[in-house]
Amino acid sequence: METNETGEADRGPAHEHRSRDQRDYVLRTVEERGVRLVRLWFTDVLGRHKSVAISPAELETVLDEGLQFDGSAIDGFSRVQESDVLARPDPSTFELLPWADPAEPSGTIFCNITNLDGTSFEGDPRQVLRRNVDRARRAGFEMFCAPEVEFFYFADAGLQPTPLDRASYFDLTTSDVASDLRKQTLHMLEALSIPVEYSFHEDGPSQHEIDLQYTDALTMADSVMTLRLAVKKIAMDRGVYATFMPKPLNGVQGSGMHTHLSLFRDGKNAFHDPEAADGLSSTARSFIAGLLRHAREITAVTNQLVNSYKRINEGYEAPRYVSWARNNRSALVRVPIPKFGKIESTRIEYRALDPACNPYLAFSVLLAAGLRGIEEELPLPAEAAVNLYDLSREEQRDLGVASLPHNLNEALDEMEASELVRHALGDHIFEWFLRNKRAEWNEYQRQVTTFELETYLPNW
Amino acid sequence: MEPLLVFPNPPPPELAQCLDLNGWSWKAVADAEAAMAEEPDGGWAGAIVVADTDTEGAFALCRRLRKVEMPLQPLLLLVGGGQLDSLDLRDDLFDDFCLGPLRPAELQARIKHLFSRSGREVRPEMVGYGPLALNLETYQAAIDGQPLDLTYMEYELLKFLAAHPGKVFTRETLLSRVWGYDYYGGARTVDVHIRRLRAKLGEEHAGLIHTVRSVGYRFGQSRWGG
Repeated sequence: METNETGEADRGPAHEHRSRDQRDYVLRTVEERGVRLVRLWFTDVLGRHKSVAISPAELETVLDEGLQFDGSAIDGFSRVQESDVLARPDPSTFELLPWADPAEPSGTIFCNITNLDGTSFEGDPRQVLRRNVDRARRAGFEMFCAPEVEFFYFADAGLQPTPLDRASYFDLTTSDVASDLRKQTLHMLEALSIPVEYSFHEDGPSQHEIDLQYTDALTMADSVMTLRLAVKKIAMDRGVYATFMPKPLNGVQGSGMHTHLSLFRDGKNAFHDPEAADGLSSTARSFIAGLLRHAREITAVTNQLVNSYKRINEGYEAPRYVSWARNNRSALVRVPIPKFGKIESTRIEYRALDPACNPYLAFSVLLAAGLRGIEEELPLPAEAAVNLYDLSREEQRDLGVASLPHNLNEALDEMEASELVRHALGDHIFEWFLRNKRAEWNEYQRQVTTFELETYLPNW
Repeated sequence: MEPLLVFPNPPPPELAQCLDLNGWSWKAVADAEAAMAEEPDGGWAGAIVVADTDTEGAFALCRRLRKVEMPLQPLLLLVGGGQLDSLDLRDDLFDDFCLGPLRPAELQARIKHLFSRSGREVRPEMVGYGPLALNLETYQAAIDGQPLDLTYMEYELLKFLAAHPGKVFTRETLLSRVWGYDYYGGARTVDVHIRRLRAKLGEEHAGLIHTVRSVGYRFGQSRWGG
């Protein structure tokens, strides 16, 4: 028995009281602030944001009973028999939407999706992460995540991406546009309870990076969903298109989502060991070893698009080899050295993720792989000392360094054979994801690309 | 609003949590002497006496509170199931009683009922500190008259801190008093929420919440002027 399936474990009267108080908080705030519309948010299996708007008059019933809807229209929600599901709002996530028209305030609330009988719906990614977080808690661990989300601004949503630095000759100068966008975005994120650690340019005015301050995995997955929406929305309001596509431009580095992970046990950083020469606990070493062992299996989830592999194959800041290192940015897992006296910030950084992933599923498989390493007390392989980007195939083979999958197809083969990923995602999502992604790969395989036309048409 | 007297000191954690969650201000005392010494200027708002462990001490305290010219009321007694006999002939020592194990909803209902009968409304409606105001009835917070958009837990944390200005709390205390059992993330969750609250208070007011190095957090000025 994993846990009570809805995740609403019976935590006694204090818990009941808390739920009631949270519900009252939402209802009262909606009333006091004159909220006109409440958006119920959830996520499909591919990680796309879904929203249903209800009126304040419906809110009380929806908080108590959930909102029934036909799931068959949502990717990954369809089933053979019953297609109706319930969206049950999680009142702890209620926020006022900072970009709503002040004359018509809107609220948002993340939902858990359940079956009509109240059991957790197996197609809901948020429930998948809850289940994995609960597993970790039973082993005594809490996982914290801090992603660094990269994305591009383009002049429009057209199929020829035009970076802002090339669109500079009209309107404002590009640096004005970019800094205005950045300021607005940070302001909105803070208003949505998503504090930002840093925000800076990557390569030019067109690529940006926002580093989020760490929080627990479930809240962070919600935050990534909100961030993607906020960045796109604020850009759109200024006539600019924001994209989290992993590799939109040839010859320019792609967008990643390097994610810092740490485990805490009893309020203490479980990755730190003052006795160890390098400060890394055996828990940390086994966690990294678990990530490395299962890295190829989880890549389809952390990098789910055909396009994701264009970023990985090109290198730059993206890892290509299954390896770890302290200060070697070509490694898959990097162990940043904590600042002197800041042992609580001991953490590891997983560098394969890209921002087009489903954060609920991606954090789930990372956590599952790391925990498996801890359970099996896996030893940590040797650190990658050389810059792996420069390796030839022979050197790579001699060093025994595996590559990450080269394309989505290879990643799906690895995933399909993985008992770990099946267990972490549950049968329903595991099987649907494979079917959906195989179809995407097959469709892609049939496309004649610009590369082929340019290379072959003149010569053959 | 003057605090409720609570016995013993420390009280059972589930009682403390229930009182906090419902926004009662309270103070625990170890015995009658402490109850006299620490009595607030306006007198205790009422008392909740837990009798199931130190029964002798509990009744001694009740006697001191009630056998005086101005008996303290209302007084709610919490007793274990096996202690009903001990209530015989002591009807004058309490106004109502509650049987353990404690059920927060029942306790809350009984306190409210007792206060409505005695014609006193102790539920504090407003908590204020400098530019900050919280209306506990409507769950709304404002700074400089501008409404703050808070999540439920941010509101609860701010409410707790603002109700105890000048006092330093460890992360563990905040976790058990504000979150209770229902949270993800352990003690680090407190840091996360403090950061979010500071961001929402804005640069000008973020300093209302002080980090006390290697201890925890304090809201507002220290009692010792630090």
